[in-house]
Amino acid sequence: MADITPSSAAPAPFPPTTARLVWRRLRRNWLSVGALALIALMALAAALAGWVAPYEPDETDAAAALAAPGLHHWLGTDIYGRDLLSRIIHAGRVDLTVAFGATALALLIGCSVGVVVGLYRGIVDLVIMRCVDSVMAFPAFILAMAITAALGNSVTNVLLAIAITQIPNYLRLIRSEIFRIREMEYADAARVVGNPAWRIMFIHLLPNALPPIIVQATLAMGYALLTMAALSFIGLGIQPPQSEWGSMTAEGAQYIVTGEWWLFLFPGLAIVLMVLSFNLIGDSLRDFLDPRMRGVR
Amino acid sequence: MAFLAYFLRRLSLVIPTLVGVTLITFTLTYVLPGNPAVVKAGPLVSPEVVKELEKQMGLDQPAWVQYGRYIGGILHGDLGESASTGRPVLEDFKQRLPATLELTLASLLIALVLGIPLGVQSAVHRDTAIDHIGRIVGVAGVAMPTFWTGLLALYVFFYLLGVAPAPLGRLGPGIDPPHAITGLYVVDSLLTGNWRALGSALHQLMLPSLTLGLSVMAPIARMVRSTMLEILESDYVKAAWAAGIPRRRVIYGDALANAMIPVITILGIVFGFLMAGNAVVESVFAWPGIGNYAITALMTKDSGPIQSFVLFVALLYVIVNFVIDLLYGLIDPRIRLE
Repeated sequence: MADITPSSAAPAPFPPTTARLVWRRLRRNWLSVGALALIALMALAAALAGWVAPYEPDETDAAAALAAPGLHHWLGTDIYGRDLLSRIIHAGRVDLTVAFGATALALLIGCSVGVVVGLYRGIVDLVIMRCVDSVMAFPAFILAMAITAALGNSVTNVLLAIAITQIPNYLRLIRSEIFRIREMEYADAARVVGNPAWRIMFIHLLPNALPPIIVQATLAMGYALLTMAALSFIGLGIQPPQSEWGSMTAEGAQYIVTGEWWLFLFPGLAIVLMVLSFNLIGDSLRDFLDPRMRGVR
Repeated sequence: MAFLAYFLRRLSLVIPTLVGVTLITFTLTYVLPGNPAVVKAGPLVSPEVVKELEKQMGLDQPAWVQYGRYIGGILHGDLGESASTGRPVLEDFKQRLPATLELTLASLLIALVLGIPLGVQSAVHRDTAIDHIGRIVGVAGVAMPTFWTGLLALYVFFYLLGVAPAPLGRLGPGIDPPHAITGLYVVDSLLTGNWRALGSALHQLMLPSLTLGLSVMAPIARMVRSTMLEILESDYVKAAWAAGIPRRRVIYGDALANAMIPVITILGIVFGFLMAGNAVVESVFAWPGIGNYAITALMTKDSGPIQSFVLFVALLYVIVNFVIDLLYGLIDPRIRLE
């Protein structure tokens, strides 16, 4: 299935040629392209929610309360007659922003600290890795729950909490990558010709450590989304009337006994589709960028 | 001897982690919103009374003194009080733990019983329909939020088909719990021959455990599949084929036995998923376990149960992973020497 043979050196860094190769490979894999298109579509709709959504998210309509999916309301309405589709589109803003924000923040902090550890090793490494072990001793969702509860109930704090639970993943990954790459001949060569340590780190080591990090980050987007949704499902983060997919599912849950299935089904479906898309893209990227992981599905 | 060294080496890694875990839970407690004294006293008391309570609860002491007391308390089994029930958290925990344990074990059983054969069949019939189905189940299982799967199951099996009971706890209405031996209703009713309770307990357990079990089945199936693929290529399996040993015996006997070793290592991860999923699934099905207890406490900003729950889960998680490490070292002698 792989048409490139993994070289004995590190995976290639990211300049345009690789980006084009990634694209070519993704394009051949129609499932990933579909996933990418779906994410782009959702992100675009969320960004332009004011124009795209057929109704205002908080617009009530007593006459159309609890309408089943149909011509006027594609995905139906809730008890106040609010259009579900419009609410899902608006909710996408919160969900995607938090997932992206948390992932980006964790990536930034994790990589920065990882670089510091890679540069100094020794006692710094020992202390930081014990901290990482401690954070990883918690199941991620439970820790995110505790942090949100401790910091206070807000979307920003949910973002922070998710980021904190993800930092160790990047830190560990980049640390092991840097430790591996720094033993390679080209790193030795860079040292021998007299490059300063920071230059070796940022020009030679870091770019080559990036591919697995990018894979990890893509998969983490899906995970962040799931955590976010689960947190707001149990009532953390989102305050009504603001809508978010997890909290919308929670609101819809009480209508199961009366048979209004669309209220819990569609918001949850939005989560599933987005997470599925991120995972599919992550898996394809991994197949391409990280030859060692090939075949491990 | 080698195993003892391995044991001590592992232990030396666990202890700093445990200290780190308590430091984190302590910090979280310390910055949790809502002064515990105010929560305990209620909204209608004067600031002087709150001050007095703070002194009583030791909240005016420096952080490190409080941490010392916190650790001392944990070591004596004192997890503090729940501000809303007014009972020691440990008591509340003891009462609810069997429910969580029963759900977790049932889910793990389902995940293993479905996941292992699926993984084996996917590997044996690589790139056929079974393998594709296995992959789809795996990908979907990871992408679906557990709360949503639970609601979907409720809608289909409770509302539409009427084959599942209402999500209202561990036993149907009007059924007395079996005589308590282990606290697990299924086991207890089996031991005491209480078939009515057994039927009801299993019925109530059906949807929550299926929901949770399916959510953790994917990593197990995936791991079994990839290790089986490797093992099926190995010389001793090929030798077994060549010797004409029956197919089933080679696959489920020789190959699977060896494929189980890496599966043990991911049981730690699976356990983490189970604990996290537990809280959410318990709240969907009104399951009276510790996860549901913590989430209820979350809503009332009752910090005692929350921090204890988090601490408890983390400690359990560390211990489970430690035991798994030891098991792994016991089964596979090569690990000890690394």
